[in-house]
Amino acid sequence: MNETRFAQAINRSLDDALARDSSIVLLGEDIANAGGTFAVTRGLLDKYGADRIIDMPIAENAIAGMAVGLALGGFKPVIEIMFMDFMTLTMDALVNQAAKLHFMFGGQGSVPMVVRTQHGGGINAGPQHSQCLEAWFAHIPGLKVVVPATLDDAYALLQSAIDDPNPVLFVENKALYPMKGVLTDDLPPTPLGKARIARAGSDVTIVSYGAMVYQAMEAAEQLASEGISAEVLDLRTVQPWDEEAVFASLSKTHRLVIAHEAVEAFGVGAEIAARMAQIGFDELDGPIMRVGAPFMPVPFARALEVDYIPSAARIIEAVRATDV
Amino acid sequence: MNLETNESIGISNARYPELLELYRRMVTIREAEKNCGAMFAAGEIPGFIHLSDGQEAVSVGVMASLRADDTIASTHRGHGHALAKGLHIDAFFRELMGKADGACKGRGGSMHVADLSVGMLGANGIVGGGVAIALGSGLAQKLRGSDGLAVCFFGDGALAEGIVHESLNIAQLKTIPVLFVCENNGWSEFSPTSTQITFTLERLAAAYGIPYYNADGSDVEKVAELTADVVEHVRRHRGPAVLEFATTRIRGHYEGDSQRYRNDTAPPVDPLAIARSLLEERGIDANELAAMETEIQSEIQRAVEAARLSTDPTLETAIQEVYAIVGVAA
Ligand SMILES: Cc1ncc(C[n+]2csc(CCOP(=O)(O)OP(=O)(O)O)c2C)c(N)n1
Ligand SMILES: [Mg+2]
Repeated sequence: MNETRFAQAINRSLDDALARDSSIVLLGEDIANAGGTFAVTRGLLDKYGADRIIDMPIAENAIAGMAVGLALGGFKPVIEIMFMDFMTLTMDALVNQAAKLHFMFGGQGSVPMVVRTQHGGGINAGPQHSQCLEAWFAHIPGLKVVVPATLDDAYALLQSAIDDPNPVLFVENKALYPMKGVLTDDLPPTPLGKARIARAGSDVTIVSYGAMVYQAMEAAEQLASEGISAEVLDLRTVQPWDEEAVFASLSKTHRLVIAHEAVEAFGVGAEIAARMAQIGFDELDGPIMRVGAPFMPVPFARALEVDYIPSAARIIEAVRATDV
Repeated sequence: MNLETNESIGISNARYPELLELYRRMVTIREAEKNCGAMFAAGEIPGFIHLSDGQEAVSVGVMASLRADDTIASTHRGHGHALAKGLHIDAFFRELMGKADGACKGRGGSMHVADLSVGMLGANGIVGGGVAIALGSGLAQKLRGSDGLAVCFFGDGALAEGIVHESLNIAQLKTIPVLFVCENNGWSEFSPTSTQITFTLERLAAAYGIPYYNADGSDVEKVAELTADVVEHVRRHRGPAVLEFATTRIRGHYEGDSQRYRNDTAPPVDPLAIARSLLEERGIDANELAAMETEIQSEIQRAVEAARLSTDPTLETAIQEVYAIVGVAA
């Protein structure tokens, strides 16, 4: 079988989408001639031309705003925002315009746009090139937020994001780009909002998404050697998140840990914990634990960053704290 | 009642409708605004409303050259733009009153009124918020291969917003058929715009290499004449242009504005008065004009009465349209 990298799975997904639907256009900084800062859009300009793979100047707010206008004009724009940290410069277009338009105009029109961006540390990119800000966007009614962990999901969820009539933030983790794996041919459509059981288990549920799924898997592996059976749930979509799947797993294991790379405070884990405390109170045999980054900017130095990003060891600690 | 399109009044050969028709459209907007102001004062229209009294000639004069497939992105002061582009007067009043059958089912109100079916991509509560949307809409027209264009309206105050500068650059860089229309009323909310920016739009446009034109925004014929030329240019060359119209904001920034900051003592320039005296000069009978005005007033009265009878929306219905439904084209 052919090995593919995570970045290439996204490239292939974009390629296949562009081939099947002429209304799809890509816009972003250095995405055409240069093939993308992380080479995700490499080769697409040659195949689809400058009318569909559009290099843009460094103007994130305008790029995002134009995507809204293109979407209203019958196109399905997929824009690339080089680093999630730069999403701060798209906030008006996304939060005030794209997210609200369908609602605010009384159901007239929709904004079928995708914002591809990448988050996460691991390459010592420092405080302004490493943040995981997905919770901000999950807080906005009208936006959807997808964070794939596997090659198949990167491919298939991007197809669903592109076909979704709403603005979707598609968040890739930069540490995953070089990850090798096998991309399944002819994947069935994967709907947004459905979690995936990455590993079945019966003693504790670890909910995660994106790159942190791999730390959760490692934690589960180590716990297994101690006779603790952990179920790892990969959310895949953070907004809407699969409440039913989390509740079902909790009802089976009665213990819950939520792990993500983003800062723990006011994060995705907080929402899930609050919801499960509310609807799953009777199922719980111990406190719900959250694992996330400490409340500080992402630090630069190797020695700092390595301790900053949540590890399998910290997830195991949290599992123990649920009183297994 | 709808402000009729150029096609529907049979002026396909003329470049824009005759003055009497332009005047009729301006009176419709003024009467609508007059009612909005009164209804706001009476508590019938909630929220913030920004009236366009004094700026009708820009809405009517620019829209006179647009087709149904051309799009516009508007501003917080967008009533005139919306009506001139073809938003139905009934849907307009129902929306401002927050009714279930308003243009936006009562979810947007004055600052977000929109009618995508006539290419009106929305008023906007964010200063400069519509500019890049128009840019994208213009790019969509170009990529589709049509000769349509997008127009973005913005005030002089918006010139201080970064998005305007980003958009001017991109419009010229990518040769996008978008018409930037600045309604310069001299005010940025409660501050004279002269205290807000260090440049003129003319020099800014020159810096970006975009053709720039201006005219007296209180003379509807001059607005229509210039716009007809520039729109033709944009349609043909598929690139941007900038239009700046000097206008007067007759009323406060919003209704209820005490305007204590305001010390301009000259009587406001009124585009309706200018058009009316021109019409009389050209021999249109004053009685005929008065009859037309009365007819418009009663038609607007009818729309207002109808809106009053409409029902309130419910949260149960509203929450169903936070997201467009997958697999259903909106
Ligand atoms: C981003 C943003 N900043 C500030 C405001 C508050 N505000 C609303 S209108 C306005 C003045 C805008 O002036 P201009 O663009 O000239 O429009 P005018 O009111 O004169 O028609 C301001 C500051 C806003 N709505 N949005
Ligand atoms: Mg102004």
